[in-house]
Amino acid sequence: MIRLTNLTKRYGSFTAVDGIDLQVPPGELFGFLGPNGAGKTTTLRMIAGILKPTSGVVEIGGDDLERKPRKAKTRMGFIPDRPFVYDKLTGAEFLRFVAALYGQEGPVIERRMDELLRLFDLAPWKDELTESYSHGMRQKLIISSALIHQPEVIVVDEPMVGLDPKSARLLKDLFKEFTQRGGTILMSTHTLEVAEDMCDRIGIIQGGKIVACGTMTELRHQFAAGDASLEDLFLRLTGGVSALELGHVFDR
Amino acid sequence: MSSTADVLVAPVPDPGVRTVLLPKWRTALARAREERSGTPLKLLLLALVAAGFWTAVFTVAYRVLLYARSAPEIGSFLPQKMLGVILLAFASILLLSNLVTALSTFFLAKDLDMLIAAPIDWLRLYLAKLGETVAHSSWMVALLAVPIFSAYGIVYDGGPWFWLVALGAFVPFLLLPGVIGAVITLVLVNVFPARRTRDLLSLVAIGAMAIVVVTLRVLQPERLARPEGFRNLVDFLGALQSPTSPFLPTEWTADIIMNWLNRVADPLPIVLLWSTAGAFVVLGALAHKRLYRNGFTKAQEGAEQYVRGKHWPRVASRLLGRLPVAKREFIVKDVLLFFRDTTQWSQLILLAVLLLVYIFNIRALPLFTGERVSVLLVTMVVFLNLALAGFVLAAIAARFVFPSVSLEGKQLWLLCSSPLDLEALMWSKYWTGTVPLLLLALMITGVTNVLLQASPFMMAVSIGTITLYTLATSALALCFGTLFPQFDTENAAQIPTSFGGLVYMMASSCLLGVVIALEARPVLQFVRANQAGVPLEIDFGMALMFGASAVLCLTSTLVALRIGLRRIRELDA
Repeated sequence: MIRLTNLTKRYGSFTAVDGIDLQVPPGELFGFLGPNGAGKTTTLRMIAGILKPTSGVVEIGGDDLERKPRKAKTRMGFIPDRPFVYDKLTGAEFLRFVAALYGQEGPVIERRMDELLRLFDLAPWKDELTESYSHGMRQKLIISSALIHQPEVIVVDEPMVGLDPKSARLLKDLFKEFTQRGGTILMSTHTLEVAEDMCDRIGIIQGGKIVACGTMTELRHQFAAGDASLEDLFLRLTGGVSALELGHVFDR
Repeated sequence: MSSTADVLVAPVPDPGVRTVLLPKWRTALARAREERSGTPLKLLLLALVAAGFWTAVFTVAYRVLLYARSAPEIGSFLPQKMLGVILLAFASILLLSNLVTALSTFFLAKDLDMLIAAPIDWLRLYLAKLGETVAHSSWMVALLAVPIFSAYGIVYDGGPWFWLVALGAFVPFLLLPGVIGAVITLVLVNVFPARRTRDLLSLVAIGAMAIVVVTLRVLQPERLARPEGFRNLVDFLGALQSPTSPFLPTEWTADIIMNWLNRVADPLPIVLLWSTAGAFVVLGALAHKRLYRNGFTKAQEGAEQYVRGKHWPRVASRLLGRLPVAKREFIVKDVLLFFRDTTQWSQLILLAVLLLVYIFNIRALPLFTGERVSVLLVTMVVFLNLALAGFVLAAIAARFVFPSVSLEGKQLWLLCSSPLDLEALMWSKYWTGTVPLLLLALMITGVTNVLLQASPFMMAVSIGTITLYTLATSALALCFGTLFPQFDTENAAQIPTSFGGLVYMMASSCLLGVVIALEARPVLQFVRANQAGVPLEIDFGMALMFGASAVLCLTSTLVALRIGLRRIRELDA
């Protein structure tokens, strides 16, 4: 379970995240949408414990991230949008290292590591340095690293970037299975089809505030949008650009 | 939309060197503004450390110069020889620094994809990147040159125009190693892929540096300090000539400066220096035109396939078996990364050479070759050796401990989002750096003190001081590395030469200076007691000074680690 209470982040006079209240219960995949610079990644990085909130509370599985950071973080796996890993470690060494950060080692981890690497087609590259991995391979390695310690909660920023169609499908199935077994996922994405297809509930963030939140049906109802797609709803809420304006871009 | 004809006649864009360099310039300005917006205390501390360091360099240079100028017979040309040797040392550092930097700026920098895809003329790209390389590699040498040139200007009363002359001589002097570094890198990248080149270059550069150090050592400059060892004045003057050559640009630079100071009108060195620099830039540009495109393509290839030290983790795990799993694996990871990154481990070669030369130098001191020397002299040498060893250790910490937080940079997201306590991270970083440093410190001090036949008292003082100072300097390196992180660097070898590295060296030197000053009085008491032939009495004053020195080192260690820890918690990963 993830609970955010009045979560705020300010950089000087600029407010990136403005008093967000949100609860994602166990077994739910929550989609976090918003235009660039709306505050999605900042929110996710605060939930992951990377950024310190200016004010507000983040709770993971009932544990306050500020007061019990280690306990809260042990429950969580974080997948960032940029797949930076140690270039000079092999894939297997990297996974072993991440497991150790979560206090786990031994045959269970070795077995789980092999399973995950096989699942993501990384087994043949297990003993290669990650500097020789492609962007997608690194992304798959990071996803494996977030799962290696069997978290209760997954916080994921743009998971599909760089993945081939097979891996993207695998990830979707994996996330569905994870939530069916009672896991909680908070996922930020720009791919509206993915959000519409996968998420139980969706929150749209604009200017650091959640401007809409609910299931697709609830959102349509809330904004009297009939059968509108998520794309139409998203553009209506965040402001689209007309074809007339686009025309000017190509004028000389 | 416009017609095809309009498109055809549209002028081809022609961005200049200024445009290419503008983002770098703006970044530098923004960084400076960020530094200025820091707390007033931090700024004051920075200003004090910088002023203290400059004053120290100036004072030493000024005194040595006054002494050298007044030396009978050789006073008229010794300062020029000194300047030549200083510039030769600068040129060696610059060449090494430019080699390392050119690989990053020309082949590995993140802005290259964008610049190469843009319609920028090859010559302008070359000049912009050359300028960037030279500026990046030379600023520290330029800062160090200011107090030294100031001392020359003041001792010789060079007048207000001296600065213009010094600048006119120094600019082409800085350009030459830049061009040479860029060309060597260009050729190497064309032969090997860039990642392999980075490995190879580290070895080549460090090997070259080692050769320079050994050559200087073989020249036996200490002979210059003992004219009585030469058969006659002609031999001595001949030896004075040996470190420099009339064909070296360093000599022309020294000539330009000294000609002005001695009021000699000789345009030849100016013409030689500027024309050579100009010719080198042109030749460098031609090489760039011919080889860069191919080299850049090769630079995009070639990750390392062979994995070194696969069995290390098992060995280390056994050795560190008692530590909690996270700390243990963190240390194993740091050790693995160190030995797999050639830019890091290859620096050990240079370190080994420097240490051998250092110990050889101590052994070569003419203390026990002839008649018996006084206790005062031996104790002074042992005490100075302690200071020198401290400085060497600070330089080693700058190479190996200072960059450790910066190297986590892009992976900080992982550490911050994991339940690993950041205290454990600092703990691992601190001890991984400190234990080898401490062993090295004890080895240097122990071996050199045995060679110097130090008394048990001086041995105890040296070992105690160097142990406490090593703990402190390592903590300072980690602290300044956290305060001035270089997360975006493409080359680990560049991190110690950043602004933060300079500030760390200054702070560490200041700490060393204070520790040595505190211990000077008790050491003098020991010498006096020895000369008087009475047993040494450890009185309150002596205990106070040693105590103050120990408290200072321990406080510096704890405060530095606390500041580092607080800062790492605030870092935005």
